[in-house]
Amino acid sequence: MFDNWRGKPHGDDFMEHERPALQLRGLTKRFDRLAVDALDLTVRAGEFYALVGPNGAGKTTTLRMVAGLLRPDAGSVDIFGIDALRAGIDAKQLMAWVSDEPMIYDKLTPMEYLEFVGGLWGIEPKVSQGSARELLISLGLEAHLNERCEGFSKGMRQKVALAGALVHDPRLIILDEPLTGLDAVSARHVKRLLSERVHAGGTVIMTTHILEVAERMADRIGIIAAGRLVAEGTLNELRQQNGQNDTSLEELFIALVDIEAKAA
Amino acid sequence: MSSATTQPWFARHEIRLAWREWLTMVTGGRRRRTRAALIGLTAFAAILHLPAYAVIGRFASLEAPLGKSPLIVLTSTIFLAWALMLSQAIESVTRVFYARADLDLIMSSPAKLANIFSIRIAAIAVSVTGMALLLSTPFVDVLVVFGGVRWFSAFGVVISSGLSATALAIAMTIALFRLIGPARTRLVAQILAAIIGAGFVIALQIAAILSYGTLSRFAVLTSDAAATYAPDAESLLWWPARAVLGDREALLLLLSASLVLLGIVTMILSPRFADTAASASAHAESRRRGRASRAFRGGSRQQALRRKEFLLLGRDPWLVSQTLMQLLYLVPPALFLWRSFSDSSTAIVLITPVIVMAAGQLAGGLAWLTISGEDAAELVATAPLSSAQVIRAKIEVVLIVNGAIFGPLLLALALLAPMQAAVMAAGVITGTASATAIQLWFRSQAKRSHFRRRQTSSRLATFAEAFSSIGWAATAALVLALPVAAVISGLMTVSIIFAAWKLSPRRS
Repeated sequence: MFDNWRGKPHGDDFMEHERPALQLRGLTKRFDRLAVDALDLTVRAGEFYALVGPNGAGKTTTLRMVAGLLRPDAGSVDIFGIDALRAGIDAKQLMAWVSDEPMIYDKLTPMEYLEFVGGLWGIEPKVSQGSARELLISLGLEAHLNERCEGFSKGMRQKVALAGALVHDPRLIILDEPLTGLDAVSARHVKRLLSERVHAGGTVIMTTHILEVAERMADRIGIIAAGRLVAEGTLNELRQQNGQNDTSLEELFIALVDIEAKAA
Repeated sequence: MSSATTQPWFARHEIRLAWREWLTMVTGGRRRRTRAALIGLTAFAAILHLPAYAVIGRFASLEAPLGKSPLIVLTSTIFLAWALMLSQAIESVTRVFYARADLDLIMSSPAKLANIFSIRIAAIAVSVTGMALLLSTPFVDVLVVFGGVRWFSAFGVVISSGLSATALAIAMTIALFRLIGPARTRLVAQILAAIIGAGFVIALQIAAILSYGTLSRFAVLTSDAAATYAPDAESLLWWPARAVLGDREALLLLLSASLVLLGIVTMILSPRFADTAASASAHAESRRRGRASRAFRGGSRQQALRRKEFLLLGRDPWLVSQTLMQLLYLVPPALFLWRSFSDSSTAIVLITPVIVMAAGQLAGGLAWLTISGEDAAELVATAPLSSAQVIRAKIEVVLIVNGAIFGPLLLALALLAPMQAAVMAAGVITGTASATAIQLWFRSQAKRSHFRRRQTSSRLATFAEAFSSIGWAATAALVLALPVAAVISGLMTVSIIFAAWKLSPRRS
C-alpha cells in the first residue's frame, strides 16, 4: 500500500532515521495559566507513542505547538532534526495532524478532499489518487467516494480526515483523540491503519483518553499532568517505576495523576 | 408538563431565544457591549429620522381621496415593503427548517408537534413584523409629526403586511418542499428570497428604461399609461393605501384578513411543518452523489488551494444567489447605458458608482469566504506552505472571480469609451482591493456556513468595508463629473481605509 513511503531507513537515510522523530526541549506555553511547563519529550522514529493525561493537562496544546498551529512561548521543537520553529515548511512536509474535531469541506467529496490534500503537500496527482482510493476503501468508505461530505456522520468525517492525513505519506502522524465518536468497527479500521503505518516505519503520536488503546497499541506511553511529563516508558517500565508489577495502565495513571495533584 | 401548559412555556422559550439572537446580532456576541449597543442603536434610530424626513416629509400632507397616480405610487411602495418582508420571512422559514439546532430535541420530545410549530410560525410572524415595525418607525414618526396622528394607521398596515408575508412564505416553502424536495428547496428558497426582495424595483427600473429612458422607477408608476390601466378608486387594490392614509375600515379589513390568513395557514400547515422539518433534517443525512472531479489533478500547491476555493464557491448556494443578485442589480444600469449612451455621456457617470460599489461588496463577501471562512483551517495551517502563500492564493481567487464578473462589462465599455472605462476599471480594482484588504486585516476563523453572520463578527470591518465601497464609488463618479471633488473624496476614502488598518487587530 505504501510503496512510495519515504521513511524506510536505507543508505544515507539511515543517519536521518537515527534522529528522533520528535524532540521537545523546554517547551512552554502560557494562556491564562501555564498550559505547558518547560516540557522535554523525545519520540523515536518508527515508534507508536501515546500521550495520556487528565483533561486540561496540556496534551492538545503540546501537540498543536508541534503541528505548527500554536507558537510556543519558549523551547524548541525538532522534527527529524529539523527545527520546526525556524524551518516550519520543511518540518510540515514530513508530518500530518488530525484533530479530534474533523475539519473537512462539506461541499467536497472524500476523493476530492484527498486529492486536494495531495495537492497541498505537492504529491503527484497519479500517486495521490491511487493511495486516496486505497485509503478510503481500507477505511470502509468505498460506497461514499464520490458523495459530498455534507451528509456524513462524525465517524465518517473522522475517517475522511484521517485518510487526508495519510494520503501524503507523512513520516510523523500526530493525532488528537482520533477514536472519539467512532463505532467499534471504524475504531478497529483506524487502529489497524495506524499499526500498519508504524510497521512500515512511520511514527505515530496520539493523545487518547481510552487507556486500553494506549496500553494495547503504544510502544511507549507518556503521562502528562499540569503541563509536565510525570512518567514515561513502556507499560512494563511504568509499572516498575511505580513498583506495581500487576497493575493496569488505568490504575497506574490514576495513581500518578493523584500524586501529581497532591504535589501541586 | 401538560399539553395545555406547553404552548405558553414554549412561546416564552422562543421569545427568549429570539431576544438573545437579536442581542448577539447587535452586540457582535459580546455581552459586555449590550448597553453600549442599545444606546448606539437608539442614537442610530434617532438619526434615521433625518433621511426619513428627506425622503417622505413632503408626503405628510397627503390626504384621501387621492388621484390614481399617487395611489399607484403609494400602493407600489407598500407592495415593495411587503415584498421585502416576504423575502425576510422566506429566509426565516428556511432557517427554521435547516439551521435550528433544536429540531432533534423538539421532535424527540413528547410535546404535541402541531402546537409547538404553531408557536414557531407565530414567532416567525412576530420577528418579521417586529423588524419591519422597527425600520418603518422613523418614517411613520415623520408622517405623524408633520401630517397628524392619522398616519399611525401605517403601523397597522406594517403589521398586516408582516402577518400576510409570513403566511405566504410558509405556504410557499412547504409547497416547494412537496414539489421539488428538501435538497432543492433550500437553494430555490434562498434565490427566491433574494429575487423577491429586489426583483420588483429592478423590474420597474427596466420598464422605466425601456419605455422612458430613465433609471427612475417612478417614471412608470406616474405615467399616463399606468393611470389608464389602473382600476377605479373603489377597488380593493387601493385598500392598503387607504389604510395607510387613516381609513379605519380599510385598516380593520386588512388586519382581519391577514390574521385569518395566518390562522388558516397555521391550522392547516403546522402539522405539515413538523413533517417538513423532519424531511429537512433527514436531508442532512442524505448524500449528494457526483461524478469524480478532475479539479485537483496536477498543478502547484497554490493551484490546489485556488481550485479548492473555486470549487467551494461554485457549490455554495447562498453565494450563488447573492452573486446572482449582484448581477441582477447590474442589469438596469447596463440597459440604461445601452439605451442612453448614443445621446449623452452623462449616463456613464450614473452607471460608474453602481458598478464600483457592486465590485467592492462582492469582493468583501468573497474575501470573507476564502480568507476567514476556511472550514479546514488546521489542515491548511499544517500544510507545507507559508501563510503568505496561502493568503496570496486566496486573494487571487477573489480577484479572478471579480475580474470574471466585471471584466466583460468593462471590456464592452472600453470599446465605446476607453477613458471612462479606464476610470471605472480603476474604481473596480481599487474597490475590490480595499474590501479584500479590510477582510484580510480583520480575518478571524469561522465556519463557511456562518457567512450570513459575518457582519456581526466585526462591526468595524463591516462599516469600513461599506464606507470604502461607497467612497470609491463616489470617487470614480466624481473623476468623470467633477475631478477636483474626486481628489477630496479619494483622500477621505483612503483615510477610512488607513483608519481601518490602524484599528485592525495586531498579528505577530
